[in-house]
Amino acid sequence: MTIDLKTIKHISKLSRISVDDEKAKKLAGDMNSIFDFIEKLKELDTDNVEPLTSVAETTLKLRVDEVKSGNIREQVLKNSPDENEDFFVVPRVVE
Amino acid sequence: MSDITSLTLTDLVKNIKDKKISSEETTKAFINRGEKSRDLNAYITEDFTNALEKAKIFDQKPNFDLKLPGVPMAVKDLFCTNGVKTTAGSKILNNFIPPYESTVTQNIWNEGAILLGKLNCDEFAMGSSNETSFFGNVQSPIDKDLVPGGSSGGSASALAANLTPITIGTDTGGSIRQPASFTGTVGLKPTYGSCSRYGIVAFASSLDQAGPMSKNVKDCALLQEIISTYDEKDSTSIDFKRNAYSKELTNNIKGKKIGIPKEYTVDGMPKEIEDLWTKGIEYAKDCGAEIVEISLPHTNYALPAYYIVAPAEASSNLARYDGVKYGFRSKGENLIDMYEKTRSEGFGEEVQRRIMIGTYVLSSGYYDAYYIKAQKVRKLIKNDFDEAYKKVDAILTPSTPSAAFKIGEKTNDPVSMYLNDIFTVPVNLAGLPAISIPAGVDAKGYPLGLQIIGKAFDEQNILNIAYAMEEKIEFKNKITDWWIK
Repeated sequence: MTIDLKTIKHISKLSRISVDDEKAKKLAGDMNSIFDFIEKLKELDTDNVEPLTSVAETTLKLRVDEVKSGNIREQVLKNSPDENEDFFVVPRVVE
Repeated sequence: MSDITSLTLTDLVKNIKDKKISSEETTKAFINRGEKSRDLNAYITEDFTNALEKAKIFDQKPNFDLKLPGVPMAVKDLFCTNGVKTTAGSKILNNFIPPYESTVTQNIWNEGAILLGKLNCDEFAMGSSNETSFFGNVQSPIDKDLVPGGSSGGSASALAANLTPITIGTDTGGSIRQPASFTGTVGLKPTYGSCSRYGIVAFASSLDQAGPMSKNVKDCALLQEIISTYDEKDSTSIDFKRNAYSKELTNNIKGKKIGIPKEYTVDGMPKEIEDLWTKGIEYAKDCGAEIVEISLPHTNYALPAYYIVAPAEASSNLARYDGVKYGFRSKGENLIDMYEKTRSEGFGEEVQRRIMIGTYVLSSGYYDAYYIKAQKVRKLIKNDFDEAYKKVDAILTPSTPSAAFKIGEKTNDPVSMYLNDIFTVPVNLAGLPAISIPAGVDAKGYPLGLQIIGKAFDEQNILNIAYAMEEKIEFKNKITDWWIK
């Protein structure tokens, strides 16, 4: 299998990572050698194998849906990209 | 008493409890050595001023009932620490100050330990040499321009160089065991679900586990006892009965059956690794263990499966870094442009490569051929171990297919870098515990490690085997302080 530049550009769009032509060329080379390596899996017949979903065979625990922390507005706002004492201000993400 | 910084954790705790040294003296000693060792680049963030303050407070009203009374330590910069910058080795988190604490580090502070600072690591723990960190590569104290391994490279370097008496790392495909092996230290990857993942920057959620790194097995058992707790804040944390690992530690492993998997011999493996393994088998026999030949037939498929599963999970986990809510943001002409530039400038080359691999294998039309296929192979690998454990109590292998290599030696060839993890990755895919202990050196004098793999939740057993073998091996790490002028 070969991953061409067009595919690299497509994956870069899906990944939301901008890739110029030079970077795309390098990525294509690296990804092709990695996928050559991954292709080894095709040797294995896995038709009757159930895919693994979790290494631990436990069921999720249920808990009461209750508020356990509160009044931490200051801490939460500390990482807000813009200074504002009451709101978490982010750029407009709905256009 | 020998120099404070060269003491094992166990001896350090004893000296503090016997009031021979104070927390302040201890903390000062590690800070001084840390300041003299900046050429190693082991720290991303030093928190020395606060550490000294906390040590003084501890000494005013010491509580010697705690397991880590006033013991200073540094941790991998993948653990969120409340109020202390946490970067995961990435530019994209360069300004991130967590408003909360990871469960694992909280458990450590609850036992009286004091944070010295945050240790360097590969970006988002993706790497085997600590060369992908935005904050530069880390020097191994073993030799100049030698990699300390990765991704917990800063942790391994700091520990082996006596900048911290003990530390914690994370292990997704070998990131604790491989650097431990490269630096002549002990590293344990616990069973998946043993240590809470809450507050650890996520790489591949179904593989990530935190674990202890130490100078000997006893210290490792003590730290594992502290960090392994059931935590309802992590839905994959498992509520099983945990041993008092350090108290129950014994070197009596008579009659234990130890498996030797024939598939762990790879093409081009240096003879010294083969010899180390043979020596390891002899040590195990000397301890009274019974050696059993076993087969793990799908071993060769583990690494290719890992390089589908881990990037797939990473591409999903790292989608959150979009420049909107926190972290680095680049300027763009519009929203999409801002996303793409932020991620292109904020992530390093290896992280971008893995996000792209992950995005590709999960994309429409390829999901079944790659991701589902890999999860099926993962099942086969787990079945291999399940079969083997019907016959044996533990499995002994080399930790890595070679000793540490020079900085820059493998950076241009991702696949050769990935091959470093060939013996450690199957363990993560199957969710098992495994420990790496130093067991010898290669021709250049660089440390080599042996790996003991256990059944799920059987940490006590592999700690015991490691403890017994450590006594026979009598490994001494040679650190020359070459970096101190």
